[in-house]
Amino acid sequence: MTSVPYEQPPPREGLGRRLSRYFYRHPRLSLALLLAVPLGWLVVAYLGSLFVLLLASVWTTDPFTSEVVHTYTFDNFRRIFDEPVYRDVAWRTIRMAGLVTIADAVLAFPIAYYMARVATPRARNILVVAVLMPLWASYLVKAYAWRTILSGAGVLNWALDPFGVSFDGYSTTGLWLVFTYLWLPFMILPIYAGLERIPSSLLEASADLGGKSLRTFWRVTLPLAFPAVVAGSIFTFSLTLGDYIAPKLITSQQFIGTVIYDNHGTNLPVAAAFTLVPIVVMVVYLLVARRLHAFEAL
Amino acid sequence: MVESRLTRTLLRLGAAATLVFIYLPLVVIALYAFNASVTQSWPIDEYTTKWFSTAYHDEGVRQALWLSVRAALGATAVALVLGTLASLAVSRFDFFGRDAISLVVILPLALPGIISGLALRTTYTTVGIDFGLLTIIIGHATFCIVVVYNNSLARLRRVSGSLEQASYDLGADAWQTFRYVTFPQMRTALLAGGLLAFALSWDEVVVTIFTAGAQQTLPIWIFANLFRPIEQPVVNVVALFVIVLSLIPVWIAQKVTAERPGAVRGAATRR
Repeated sequence: MTSVPYEQPPPREGLGRRLSRYFYRHPRLSLALLLAVPLGWLVVAYLGSLFVLLLASVWTTDPFTSEVVHTYTFDNFRRIFDEPVYRDVAWRTIRMAGLVTIADAVLAFPIAYYMARVATPRARNILVVAVLMPLWASYLVKAYAWRTILSGAGVLNWALDPFGVSFDGYSTTGLWLVFTYLWLPFMILPIYAGLERIPSSLLEASADLGGKSLRTFWRVTLPLAFPAVVAGSIFTFSLTLGDYIAPKLITSQQFIGTVIYDNHGTNLPVAAAFTLVPIVVMVVYLLVARRLHAFEAL
Repeated sequence: MVESRLTRTLLRLGAAATLVFIYLPLVVIALYAFNASVTQSWPIDEYTTKWFSTAYHDEGVRQALWLSVRAALGATAVALVLGTLASLAVSRFDFFGRDAISLVVILPLALPGIISGLALRTTYTTVGIDFGLLTIIIGHATFCIVVVYNNSLARLRRVSGSLEQASYDLGADAWQTFRYVTFPQMRTALLAGGLLAFALSWDEVVVTIFTAGAQQTLPIWIFANLFRPIEQPVVNVVALFVIVLSLIPVWIAQKVTAERPGAVRGAATRR
């Protein structure tokens, strides 16, 4: 009997390790696997949808059945340009977005300045959370809260009553107040971040050179913080431009959002064409914002 | 400190006034939930908790609540997976078009909600997908990805990829490395991102109205009933509930990322 010397085979590697090594040696494949699902989702589900919306803007509606017919026409755009109703609505909305942005910038500056330069670090952290939290609170509920506050028997008129004043809350001015309220945190946070980035030495230098506080503010602080204001304005402007919930709750006046919302069931192509107005306005706005260095302040 | 004493006092007053402005409507809506009267007039004469039990037993509210919870959980799950994958790709690889990824991820939140909503709705009807839980989740997940992505990416950029290399060198496979090295470092960032995604989905209404079909989530239930005077008391209760339940996750998310205040700031893009 001869004994065959037993040789231990090399340990067989697990599937996991072999796969890992394979992926490690093929980083492009790993990258492709990581990106396939999220990018696939965003490109197919989202960009694809936007493309369908764009297509829908050149479709037509059957005048009798209101059904969408897939024949291509640019009549929807002609209608939006030619009919004064659409132009008026677009202007009213853009004007509103501008006024809301200005009001938010004016309101946001003092608290942002206080947070960035006056408050103690502890107070600053508390304030950041205090501003951030309502940003996440349901925006529908906030708009609804304003609907009750602005009503004839609401809090605002109760507070104004002793002065013999009454305020028609369900008006364009009321809506302006509501929009200003809704988007205020979106303006405070970028301005705060922008002011925090200004080195104190610059303001001290201005003071040393004889600049009074107001002069320092106008000549040093404001120019340096301006990109941050523009960054915040991207949100306040864009959000006002596309909103339909707050206008529905507060006024009976038409805005871009309400026109799209009211038409999407009966005349989808016109609604789809009208969505291009806020898209184009925002693209132009973003291009201007980029020239003003707003993206670095985001 | 270059600001004069007067300036600082004025700023303090201004900041306080702004905070009051921000919180006053939330307080008002909370108080109205306890209003005994059906009519909404101020000041409130009598307080009661009876509307809470009315809302609790309301069949429409219950169904809406259940749908909202399922939609938010589904959207959060999808967003967690997709956001994590995308952030891993962007943080650990260098490739052509990397900067474009962030743009595509943020686009659904940056464009006005009505555009996303109408685009998805048009696609559903054109392709022939029936409206339901799935269509709501697709819409929500699409704009929730960005909060997970932002939180996760910020974390991954701070922790070095060399730890993962070391793990491979020591003989771990890719799954073990993710399980024992990468994931523990991302855990709180993912928790924060998931909570924020939940909060975002939970009270979303602008897109959901377009993607829900005939079904009602809780915010849609509010929108459908707030014009009906008879339903006002229940609407107030539901509104308070929606606000509280969206603030709790945000509060926790803020706490778990507390070592880095403003971590949730990427969220400044929410509508």
